[in-house]
Amino acid sequence: MKRRSTAKLVSCLAIAAALGAAMVGSPASAATLRMAWSQDATGLDPHKQTAFSSIRLLELIYEPLVRLDANLQIVPAVADSWQFSSNGTELTFKLNPNAKFQNGEPVTSADVKASFERILNEATGAVARANFLSIASIDAVDPHTVVFHLSQPDVPILTAMTNLNAAIVSAGEIAKGAINTTPVGSGPFKLEKWDPNSREILVANKMWAGGATGIEGINISVLPDETAILAAMRTGQIDFALLNDPLIATLIPREDRLVLNRAPVLAYHVLQLNPSRKPMTELAVRQAISCAIDRKEVLDTASLGEGKVTGPITTPSFATDPNSLFCYKRDVEKAKKLMADAGYAKGFSATVIAATGEPPTAAAEAQIIQSQLAEIGVKLDIKVMELNVYVDTWLKGDFDMAVALNGGSADPYSMYSRYWTKTGNLQKVANYIDDTLDGLMQKGRAETDPAARKVIFSDFEKHLAEMSPWIWLYTSYSYTAQQKSVQGFTGTPIGSLFGLSKVTVQQ
Amino acid sequence: MGYLTRRLVTFPLVLIGVSILVFVAIRLVPGDSITAMLGTEAGLLTPQQRVALTAYFGLDQNWLVQYWHWLLGLFRGDLGISVAYGKPVLDVILDRFPLTLELAFLSMIIALAVGLPAGVFAATHNGRPSDLAVRIFAMIGQSTPSFVVGLLIIYVLSVGFGALPTMGEFSPFWQDPLRNLSQLIFPAITLGLAFAASVTRISRSAMLDVLSDDYVRTARSKGAPARSVIWRHALPNALIPVVTLSGMEFGYLLGGAVLVEKIYALPGLGRVVLDAILQRDYALLQGSVLFIAFNFMVVNLLVDLAYSALDPRIRLGER
Repeated sequence: MKRRSTAKLVSCLAIAAALGAAMVGSPASAATLRMAWSQDATGLDPHKQTAFSSIRLLELIYEPLVRLDANLQIVPAVADSWQFSSNGTELTFKLNPNAKFQNGEPVTSADVKASFERILNEATGAVARANFLSIASIDAVDPHTVVFHLSQPDVPILTAMTNLNAAIVSAGEIAKGAINTTPVGSGPFKLEKWDPNSREILVANKMWAGGATGIEGINISVLPDETAILAAMRTGQIDFALLNDPLIATLIPREDRLVLNRAPVLAYHVLQLNPSRKPMTELAVRQAISCAIDRKEVLDTASLGEGKVTGPITTPSFATDPNSLFCYKRDVEKAKKLMADAGYAKGFSATVIAATGEPPTAAAEAQIIQSQLAEIGVKLDIKVMELNVYVDTWLKGDFDMAVALNGGSADPYSMYSRYWTKTGNLQKVANYIDDTLDGLMQKGRAETDPAARKVIFSDFEKHLAEMSPWIWLYTSYSYTAQQKSVQGFTGTPIGSLFGLSKVTVQQ
Repeated sequence: MGYLTRRLVTFPLVLIGVSILVFVAIRLVPGDSITAMLGTEAGLLTPQQRVALTAYFGLDQNWLVQYWHWLLGLFRGDLGISVAYGKPVLDVILDRFPLTLELAFLSMIIALAVGLPAGVFAATHNGRPSDLAVRIFAMIGQSTPSFVVGLLIIYVLSVGFGALPTMGEFSPFWQDPLRNLSQLIFPAITLGLAFAASVTRISRSAMLDVLSDDYVRTARSKGAPARSVIWRHALPNALIPVVTLSGMEFGYLLGGAVLVEKIYALPGLGRVVLDAILQRDYALLQGSVLFIAFNFMVVNLLVDLAYSALDPRIRLGER
């Protein structure tokens, strides 16, 4: 009997040891980066994908004409150089003669022309089309020179061209109708395998005109729970990870072997009011809400202080000091007075919508705002919705108030023309426009002098904060975490992972 | 008509009912494939762009036509193409199903291996402190959500032992059995423990009932050894409710365990369904829910058949 028990014990230990050995696993090859993220890309067509993860994946495969560096300066990508004509209606690009698609074909002006014609073709369904409506015609002057003729001066178009939604794709692949299924870009990595919602395998593109990459490839795993990503990093199973949740990100620095990279981003957390609904139709009511909200407290409580309070413009080179904006210092007495002036001394009831987990801080932000506004008699009912339901409701403008995380752009015109111009596509979401805002946007679009543009957008920002159609709260960080053995990554304010092309992994 | 034939005839009817329900429900929820792909940027689309995308996703026809096409495809064994995965729905499901099936089996083995002996032990020690201890553990097991247990296991493994099963890249059993087991054993424990608690409670109460029956008293008075009375005479008769419970649970597990799959990053059926809902991948959602419903019905049928095997007095279909 005793012998049988001993035998059982030995076999149990053997199984446990074997499982343990299998769990630790074999390390990946020297220069392959093992990466994880919680949300996978949703498709492969660079002109149609807008999801954050899709863009992050595709910017490793495709290249636009130009891209933004870590300081939001426009730097070469497929194009080596570019020049606006003196009246701002012609934009000429010289392409990098070494640029090649991953099928070995050179990137030519014909590909650039075909790519933009594809974007402009309504049948494609490319959302970036709205940014390129000023393009009247495109001339492929020679294989490496392309000229965009614009119907009006349009300085922000260059910034719009840095977006991956304006990526250069091969004219041949467009003709084959294969953009959706087979990514053939000119970027630093090639997609070898994609198992949706599970993993991606990328290998270095040896033909990349940008030079050799520091790693042989990237294996991306989709680990939907960020707690599991943290655990996998602790055990050394993952070298590099993209994180969304500040609660998880702030745990990274506690681990000796891990490093957290924080990059301030242009996207902004905002409380959108709906100025077409009573009583937000009243300027005094909107201003009262602005005065009653303690933005710093929202940031500190919902996001553990991870970020900074912001005005409407988040690009550092254009932004105004938030302290100089209307009611950025909380003033409950002033708020109460404004409410009384508008005839709402006793307050009112309204509903605020928020999306589940998008951003992860949304519900917490709504709760803090609810308690702050209660002090001026505003009773908020919080409605948390699944993301798609939220998007649908948001696009219809069917809300009193909405907690949102809206994307930013390096150029204030590209960022806000959709909301605050008379022809903006998202006018019915913003539901507010005045001549001053529209006029300043148009002036900023045509002005080519950077100093003059700064003044224009500063006036725009001050006016917007004072009219308070929305209450801008804070900007946060994009987070990536890495093992100390990973070196050379630089994050950017748009959350780009293009920096992975320069990363090395030490063994 | 025999019991089995009757049950088999109702199969397609129930499946059609389920398919209509899923078809309508997902379309009634606000948002569609376009907003799922583009998010708030969908607002930048012109009406013509929207028309083009609607046609691309096959949403331009009315519901009846869409359903009819889907149903016709179903009869040809074609569940449609998944927009998110870019391949036939059936391929996606069959890719994911082996993992779900294996996880369900492992969880059941763990649950029964722990739950049954614990239940029998508690019943035979009725009223003693050891019975109370088992009951308390069962209560805790039953009331702790699986994601809490899962996260705790991951925390303890990564912080305490510095080791974790490889996540993100799943190895099927036939490719690498050892690695496969290392990846599934902790999810199976997570799922199995909660279910073991239910098995413990139900087998304990069933055993208590049976142990007070006359035939058990007779067996004891004839001098049958205690072990034989419990395991040979009493337990088989106490198994009926356990089989019912296990059948239901196994049926549920074949539909995937969303939270546990999410925590352990397992590419199982549960995540397919969840992702299909979030990405508004209608064909994939309809196909996978139909597949899950079919499995559930098969398991239920097998459970019914198991009753008469366990207790010959039960004649299925007799009134």
